Amino acid sequence: MNKPIFQISPGFEEIMPPEYRELVANGPYGKGFGVSDLGSYKELIEEHPLCAGCGLALSIRLALASLPNPGDTVIVGSTGCSSLVFPQVALHNIHSLFGNQNAVASGLKRALKLRFPDKVKDVVVIAGDGATADIGLDMVMQSWFRRENITTIMLDNEAYANTGGQESGMSRQGAVLNMAPTGKKFPKATLPEVAQAAGCAYVAATSPAHPRMLEKAVRKAVLIAREVGPTYIQLFSPCPTNYKFKPQETIPLIKQREKEGIFRNQEYISDEAQRFLDSLEEARKK
Amino acid sequence: MIEQKVVNPEFLFFTAEKKKLFMTGSEAVREAIRKANVDVAISYPITPQSESMHLVGDLFAEGYVKEYFRGENEFAVMSSVAGAAMAGVRVFTATGGPGTLRAFEVFPTWAGARLPIVCAFMTRGVNSPLTIQPDTIEMAYLLETGILMLHAETAQDLHDMILKAFIVAEKTDVHVPVGVFADGFFVTHTKEALEIPEPDIKLPSYDPNNSPVPPMDMESVPVRQMRDPFVMKSNFISYAAHASWQQEVDAARERSRKYLEKYLGGLLETENEDADVLLVTSGTAVCQSREAMAAARAQGLSVGLVKLKCIRPFPAQEIKALAAKAKAIIVPEFNRVGWLAKEIKSVIDEPGKVIGAPRVYGGMTMPPELILDEIRRVSR
Repeated sequence: MNKPIFQISPGFEEIMPPEYRELVANGPYGKGFGVSDLGSYKELIEEHPLCAGCGLALSIRLALASLPNPGDTVIVGSTGCSSLVFPQVALHNIHSLFGNQNAVASGLKRALKLRFPDKVKDVVVIAGDGATADIGLDMVMQSWFRRENITTIMLDNEAYANTGGQESGMSRQGAVLNMAPTGKKFPKATLPEVAQAAGCAYVAATSPAHPRMLEKAVRKAVLIAREVGPTYIQLFSPCPTNYKFKPQETIPLIKQREKEGIFRNQEYISDEAQRFLDSLEEARKK
Repeated sequence: MIEQKVVNPEFLFFTAEKKKLFMTGSEAVREAIRKANVDVAISYPITPQSESMHLVGDLFAEGYVKEYFRGENEFAVMSSVAGAAMAGVRVFTATGGPGTLRAFEVFPTWAGARLPIVCAFMTRGVNSPLTIQPDTIEMAYLLETGILMLHAETAQDLHDMILKAFIVAEKTDVHVPVGVFADGFFVTHTKEALEIPEPDIKLPSYDPNNSPVPPMDMESVPVRQMRDPFVMKSNFISYAAHASWQQEVDAARERSRKYLEKYLGGLLETENEDADVLLVTSGTAVCQSREAMAAARAQGLSVGLVKLKCIRPFPAQEIKALAAKAKAIIVPEFNRVGWLAKEIKSVIDEPGKVIGAPRVYGGMTMPPELILDEIRRVSR
């Protein structure tokens, strides 16, 4: 690890859990790794309890591997399937309540700026579609209105999966789910458009079917959130358990949706955010 | 930032020279926060609290508070102050009545996450029908959320308790939130003479390294917290982990007693405590009771007064001892449910001695004559 505080005190190596020793010896902190390095280092995510074929698990794994600065990133999560993963992720992470993730992140980010004026501390919200588009939508949008310097990542599995597969605002019209016994009566919420209108400097919709695209989106979103303003990424992460398809069909299902034009990868970047990225690129070349 | 001298808390509370000022309770909040070295304050309007957080906003503009913004509703505000506290800074907010209820889900999580947040509650009735008037019913709901609860009688109390609340809340062996309660309008909107230290001194800053739980700042080891999330388990380990954590929050609340006794001079105060009839109450019901006591004593009746300054932790042993000597305990309250009378009944040997009256609510005042009627009734 890149910080002395993470190192194991001499003599204690053997009693530390093996996965911790691996993180110290071969973790991603300060290394600048990306998704192409997966398999060559100890990942932030440890074994997790999500279902076989879970789209969320894929998205979380790739999103964590794409963080530009894992040594100084704090995650704010929310209730749902993803909250079962974060206790096993080697980043400071907060699970407060269902839906208040962007409010927590707002206070957290502002306080970290006060405490560490000369250091970048990235705050990244990672929560499900119910938490982001339904119960927490007011706080998500208000954090965008206020131009908070945080990244919001929605893991969109189109349902409340952890409570047994209920309709969410992100479910598709007509989907038959619990609490939608005769099919959903209104269309899937268009959060990327909402995010753009609400002031996000960068918005992307993609999926784990495109790891490189996902990586680029996460990196841009986190970097832009530091300096320009709030950013939003929506990751289509289908749920085999509640939508009743085979675990190995998760990625094919995303690709089929793309082919049918039902799901499309999107990217919006504000002029200011683009200028900021260009300036980073200029500085890198020099 | 404004230049202020950092002094130790005891000096600020007890030794610093004080000046007499005539001000409202809301202004007393401003004067407390001016000296509290607050990092982040987050506001949301609700009558009768709004003015106090306007004034804290003025302090931000003047440079006494480092960060300040208006949140979108009380649930969000209480969540945002939690986020700021988790990042390891000193935070302050205030609300009241319906705002308290709107935010309610967050309060137990403050205690559960061991966050030393200080929140002022300017108590007010809750709907329906619509009311903006003083009433202490929200305190009944907050009793078992794990937060410490101090109840101010006056603007002076409010000023002093807010400053002391930060220091008690931030003790390593306490480190739970403190609610400082003041009766809306009666305290917030009326002026009284206060004695307060000069504004050129302030409390030492909060040190997150003294927290019993690490701040969420990636400056300490981010090792995974558990091998399986407890929520996935229906087994003994899950229950035991949750139960022991709740016990620890309770224990932290108990451990605050020694500090509260030191800084508040006791969890309660008495006048004529050997009297036959004791008026036991908190908040502005205390001043009304003091008036009633004076009138009763002038008529030769044996009446004493117990002012409760702290509701959580509850001064159970002290009340039990006082109650043993009294023939009757009268508990005047500004709410319909009589939560304080219930609390007192639950800790004394002879609960039949407790008269849960008078009770006024919905914003009504409590004329001392109502209390006097109860005193006369039991003294017959």
